[in-house]
Amino acid sequence: MSTDITRASAAEIADVLARREASAAEVTQAHLDRIAAVDGEVHAFLHVDAEGALAAARDIDRRRAAGEELHVMAGVPIAVKDVMATKGLPTTCGSKILQGWIPPYDATLVRRLRAAGMPILGKTNMDEFAMGSSTEHSAYGPTRNPWDLERIPGGSGGGSSAAVAAFEAPLAIGTDTGGSIRQPAAVTGTVGTKPTYGGVSRFGLVALASSLDQAGPCSRTVLDAALLHSVIGGHDPLDSTSIDAPAPPVVEAARHGDVKGMRIGVVKELGGEGYQPGVRARFDESVKLLVDAGAEVVEVSCPSFDYALAAYYLILPSEASSNLAKFDAMRYGLRVLPEGVDDPSAEQVMAATRDAGFGDEVKRRIILGTYALSSGYYDAYYGQAQKVRTLISRDFNAAFEKVDVLLSPTAPTTAFRLGEKLDDPMAMYLNDIATIPANLAGVPGMSLPSGLAEEDGLPTGIQILAPATEDARLYRVGAVLEKLLVDRWGGPLLTQAPVLTAKGA
Amino acid sequence: MSSLSRDDVVHLAGLARIDLSDAELDKMVGELSVILESVAKVQEAGADDVPPMSHPMPLTNVTRPDEVRPSLEVEDALAMAPASELQRFSVPRILSED
Repeated sequence: MSTDITRASAAEIADVLARREASAAEVTQAHLDRIAAVDGEVHAFLHVDAEGALAAARDIDRRRAAGEELHVMAGVPIAVKDVMATKGLPTTCGSKILQGWIPPYDATLVRRLRAAGMPILGKTNMDEFAMGSSTEHSAYGPTRNPWDLERIPGGSGGGSSAAVAAFEAPLAIGTDTGGSIRQPAAVTGTVGTKPTYGGVSRFGLVALASSLDQAGPCSRTVLDAALLHSVIGGHDPLDSTSIDAPAPPVVEAARHGDVKGMRIGVVKELGGEGYQPGVRARFDESVKLLVDAGAEVVEVSCPSFDYALAAYYLILPSEASSNLAKFDAMRYGLRVLPEGVDDPSAEQVMAATRDAGFGDEVKRRIILGTYALSSGYYDAYYGQAQKVRTLISRDFNAAFEKVDVLLSPTAPTTAFRLGEKLDDPMAMYLNDIATIPANLAGVPGMSLPSGLAEEDGLPTGIQILAPATEDARLYRVGAVLEKLLVDRWGGPLLTQAPVLTAKGA
Repeated sequence: MSSLSRDDVVHLAGLARIDLSDAELDKMVGELSVILESVAKVQEAGADDVPPMSHPMPLTNVTRPDEVRPSLEVEDALAMAPASELQRFSVPRILSED
């Protein structure tokens, strides 16, 4: 290969493989080499499976040589967030309580990746049990932003966004409960989609908040996100909340982006005070490009969004406190015996294990959720948050009667410094202020790069939101905007990222 | 709404089966009170007559045909257990002797 294949998009890699200009084994090896060179600094991966990835790649090469009809993505390597169960590969969720746990089964999404012939490079770092916006809550140390190694890569899926931004993988799987795909995409100059709730199976996704969690694609281009979305999407009988319909036509939408005559709403409540000037400037510029491309843009008000953060930080901890009760030291994971207790009871072992195995943020949220659900406080907190959720859903419905898609900045700021918000939970929570409403209502959202903020030269993201099951609209609009912006920049935004010094180079 | 006392957090940690150390308790009391004060904002949203929403999809009773299908082998299910014995999970005592 004359050019560096790790710089190619997933779609380009798929073409190269189909034309047999490179083998899947060569492509996979190139990415493993890149991981070996830069991941010491970036720390996007918690586990690299060189052997398994190469074996899967060689199998694809063998089948292609035999003339077998292969999936379009066959041989395109991928990284998977460590919250998805992978048979035979460690799955820790960034937590000590699952250190060394090897699942006996594959998540449905992982099964689909394997069925498409996509070699799994490894598992990516994350905030513990997906609780966080910086990966600093990982029990295995933070991931660093390839744009500036002293800054956060977003979270919880910072490992996946950084892996893609650092050219360690062309694609990655993320999960998004309140923004964990979209916010990391925004701060690393990459693309990420949270599909409609129920659009991608949650079977084998270690649950944080079951009514909010949704897995989706992380990539460097809108088309790549669509290609991955179509591999993992669609009905799964093993997930009772899975939508019983085929995956939406996202690839066609990404290939034929068009916004002429489209009605686009800018959400008044997402973008004013508290948003960094450079984030706002890049956002306004993107909106103007869409207007120039023939879209009709109006301001839309969603007044209940002002309560979304508060409702989310009651609903999520409540569901998490219940979901994480399964980590009880009995059937899998860590078991710690309490000190100084002869013949401890199961309950004492459970409490000692959960104290030793969970990090601070997980404990905070479990206890907050326990409070919100406790008798006497339920109506004032959890019950009231559920009512607010209805109001937010109604705001979306009203907005989508007027417009086809909604726009906002993805995150209020660019990547902040490691440690900057670690001791201030509320400041950390505010990073998800623009992404949370979509999870509460179940609607799909995408973040794509909108440029670099003038004040710090770091990536900014723009968020597109569509009505439930209309995921294709995200790609239709995203593809147009991406093309206009890349033309303006004279190349993809990531070509402006600093060169990572390869270890030993 | 009242803020949390240290005793409240001790009680909640007990309910959540997390054996917090004294230092953790001290830190958590302050942090949780700040968070609670902030999330109490939901009480300002006029939502008295609004029905609660527990889930984005209005689904009820999703069922599948009652057919036997393959499941985990016993050894696979036990492979990651902290302790096992006689094809079962081995756990600490549940009841006290007296």
